[in-house]
Order: sequence, then structure tokens, then C-alpha cells
Amino acid sequence: MAASTSYSGVEQYNFDIVKKFSVMALVWAVIGMFVGVYIASELAWPFLNFDSPYFSFGRFRPVHTTSVIFGFGGSALFATSYYVVQRTCQTRLISDGMASFTFWGWQAVILLAGLSYLGGYSQGREYAEMEWPIDLLIEVVWVTYLILFVGTIMRRKQPHIYVANWFYLAFILATALLHTFNNLAMPVDLFSMKSYSLFAGTQDAMTQWWYGHNAVGFFLTAAFLGMMYYFVPKQAGRPIYSYRLSIVHFWALGFMYMWVGAHHLHWTALPDWTSSLAAAFSILLLMPSWGGMINGIMTLSGAWDKLRTDPVMRFMIVALSFYGMSTFEGPMMSLKEVNALSHYTDWTVGHVHSGALGWVAMISFGSLYHMMPKLWDTKVYSQKLVEWHFWLATIGIVLYIVAMWISGITQGLMWRAFDEFGNLQYSFVESVAAMMPFYAMRAIGGMFFLSGAVLMTYNMFMTIRQGKREAAALEAKLAAKMAHA
Amino acid sequence: MEWLLWFSKPENTKPLALIIFFVTFMGIVIYVYGSKKRSQKLESYRDIPFLDDETGTKDKQ
Repeated sequence: MAASTSYSGVEQYNFDIVKKFSVMALVWAVIGMFVGVYIASELAWPFLNFDSPYFSFGRFRPVHTTSVIFGFGGSALFATSYYVVQRTCQTRLISDGMASFTFWGWQAVILLAGLSYLGGYSQGREYAEMEWPIDLLIEVVWVTYLILFVGTIMRRKQPHIYVANWFYLAFILATALLHTFNNLAMPVDLFSMKSYSLFAGTQDAMTQWWYGHNAVGFFLTAAFLGMMYYFVPKQAGRPIYSYRLSIVHFWALGFMYMWVGAHHLHWTALPDWTSSLAAAFSILLLMPSWGGMINGIMTLSGAWDKLRTDPVMRFMIVALSFYGMSTFEGPMMSLKEVNALSHYTDWTVGHVHSGALGWVAMISFGSLYHMMPKLWDTKVYSQKLVEWHFWLATIGIVLYIVAMWISGITQGLMWRAFDEFGNLQYSFVESVAAMMPFYAMRAIGGMFFLSGAVLMTYNMFMTIRQGKREAAALEAKLAAKMAHA
Repeated sequence: MEWLLWFSKPENTKPLALIIFFVTFMGIVIYVYGSKKRSQKLESYRDIPFLDDETGTKDKQ
């Protein structure tokens, strides 16, 4: 593969790095979603644990979350951010070497993290289970990413920085900040994987959820909004509905997200005012979130027929709809009264997946379907498979979140039910037994979603092969022409 | 340095924070929507994703 892709005979952009990250995004999607389906199946059919620690839910769960969030989502973000920043700044990345380092470094992070979890190493911080040596590698890769992205923006030929790049930059900066402070720790010794956190007790919980919810806010939301602000207009063939709304959206979202993490700690040792403040900001966050959703959906204004004819556009609009739905559900769940019922139940798991599958994965699929054929200078191998993927994914999500809604609310109600003497009406194990049909339904929903991702991987593999074949044929034709001249 | 103690009291910092954030937000809204000329300029940036197609880097699809 050449170090750069030539477009119209000019080596204008580094698309080689975009191609590598796009391919790895699909590889991690299949691995991560397969592990997700496996652990969902373990809950429905416990014999799948095989009485082995290596197959236990506790070890596989971070493998699943790391592979899908950082492997699939992270690689898709690296790919699209490098693509968007080059095309909207009309300049090449400042360093091919640095770009390549971010690729190999990031893939090493995901691989090492997965292997360490299977070996039983985890620092027990949600979405940040990596032990300190891996955290240091992330730090180096991320700072390189920041320098590369900012350097490219500084070298731009276009005077204005397009709004998608603002969202990507906010994501890179915030993630650097979150990762650094959440992982401040003292290693037990130089050759030990274990370390002591700098924080203790409720401060530790507070730091953890300041990180956790902002990982959702900046990694899983702001960054994918960057993707949305470029790829929705490109696929629709019309500019974003309102650029001014996108500016207000950016500043309001960036400001408010930083305050909401403590809503994960209602009814705990955390001071009451802290989690109440977080709940208030969560409610306010509904406005910028819906402003962004409306901006994306209204881009199709006057071209709604595309929803009937273009499956890629359908991925994007459904993604925005799920974004709107989960950013309504989130603030509602942050209310203390609702949280008293929903917290610690499967409702939370369903909420996370309506955001992760419905928004993050669907907008990534749509963007990759738009971008990958262009990178290999060809057309999608099969539109039919894109259609199939869309329906498998949509049905999968619906099965998943409906199962989790029912099981979550049932759990919450069973745990708080009292009999006439004031004793708990149900034992915990009775609530577990009541969940079984919904766990099976969730696993089946996951299987639908995974099947769609496998179809996409096959479709993109064939698209790449087709692109390479066309390029080779064109080259042979040109060579023959030159020989005759 | 006595005056710094003023900031240690929530009854002072809460309204102060409210004023700072509200004024900043209103400033952004007025900047974005306040002038017709600026509005036109800002809306012209909507086309940036498409400019790239016009400069010899046309997408095939």
C-alpha cells in the first residue's frame, strides 16, 4: 500500500492511515460485539461460564467494552477525524510518521488491554480498567494524536475551521484531561502491574464517574457529533441545516457535560448537593443535545425521499433518532426519584446500549459506508447487503433495549416491594430468576446486531477487493496506452 | 489576601457563577444571531465540506 493516496495525480492527503484505521474499526467491531453476545449468553445460559475464570463474565466484560468503545469506536474516530480534518482544512496531516505511530500504538493498547483482562488484571475503574503501564502508552499515543490534529489545523488552507473539527478537538482535549486525572496512581513497584489510586473513598468514586460520564460525553458523543457534522451533509448532498445552531450546540454541550458525572452517585456517600447539581445540569443538557439532533435531521429537509432510497442515509437518520431518544432518557434517569428505581438495574444497561448501538455504532456504520468506497475509489460492493445490515441492526437494537427496559423496571420494582409485615417481598435470587427470558431476548438482539456487523465487514472486504482490482485494470490500461504512444 | 475569603462562601460564588455563565451564554447567542451580516458569513461556512470536491478531488461515488 502506498504511503499516500493520489487523487487526480496529486498526493494531496494521507489516506493510507484512514484506510488502516477503517479496516481495524471493523475488525474490533466484530471481535467486541462477539464477546458482548457471548457474555450476554452467559447470563441467559450460565453453563457457558465452563467453571473457568478465563470464561467468566468479570474478565470478558471489560474485553467487550474496551473492544467496542476504544477498538471499534476509537479506530472509527481516528479514521474519520484524519479524513475530515484533511478534507475540510484542505491540507495533508503534518506527519505520516506520527500518524503511523498513533495507529500501531492504539492497536497495541487495545490488544494489551484485552490480554491483561483475560489474565485477571484490572484496576476496576469502569471503562478505564487498563493497568498503569497501558495507561502510560495511551497517554503517549493521545498526546501524539493531539499534536498531529492541532498541527494539521494550524497548516490549513481554508481560513475557517469547520465545526466538525471543533467537536473532534474537544473530544481529543477532554479525553486527554479525563484519562490523565482518572488514572493518577502510584505503582506498587516498578515490575508490578498493580497500583494504588491517588484518590480514596467517595473522592475516588467521584473521580471515576467524572471520567465515566465524560467518556460518554466527549468520547461517545462530541466526537461522533463531529462525524455527524461532516458525513450527514456529505451523504445528503446538502449543507448542514444551520451553521449558527451548530456553534451554540458546540459551546452549550461542551460546557454542560463536564458537570453531570455525579448523577451516577445519587443516594450514596457523596454530598447530596453534588449529585443534585449534576442532575440539574443533566436536565439542561437535553436542550443542546436536541438542538444538535434537530440540526442533523433537518439537513434532510427537502430531500426526505433519500430515506426511502438510500440505506446509508437511513443509518445516519436512525442514529440521530436514537441520539435524541437516549439524550431524553438520560436526563430522565438522572432525576433522583427515577434513579431510585432505575439504578443498579438492567434499565441502565439498556440505556447505555440505546446510545452505544443506536447512536455511536449506527452513525459509525453510516460514515464508514460513505467513506470506505471513496478511499478505495470504487462503489459499495452490494447495496442489498447494506439494506440487510440496516434491518438486522435496527431489529437487534429494539430487541435489546425493550428486553432491558422490562427486566430493569421489573428488577427495580421487585427489590423495593414489601409484604404486609414490612419485610422484603422477594429474595434477590427470585429477581434473577425473573430476568431469564429477558436475558435470552437481549442475547438474541445482540446476535442480530453482530450478524449485521459481520455482513458489513464482508461487504467492505469485497468493496476493497473490487477497488484494488479496478485500480490494477486502470493501471494496465494506462501502461498499454503509453506503450502504444 | 483577605478578599479571597469572599470566594470561599457559596452564597457569594453561586450567584457570581450564575452571572458569569449566563452572560457568556448570552454573549455567544448574541454573537451568533445578533447581526444579519455576521449570520450570512457564518452560514457560508456550511459549504466547507463541499469545497474540497471542487478543487480536483471529486469523489467518484
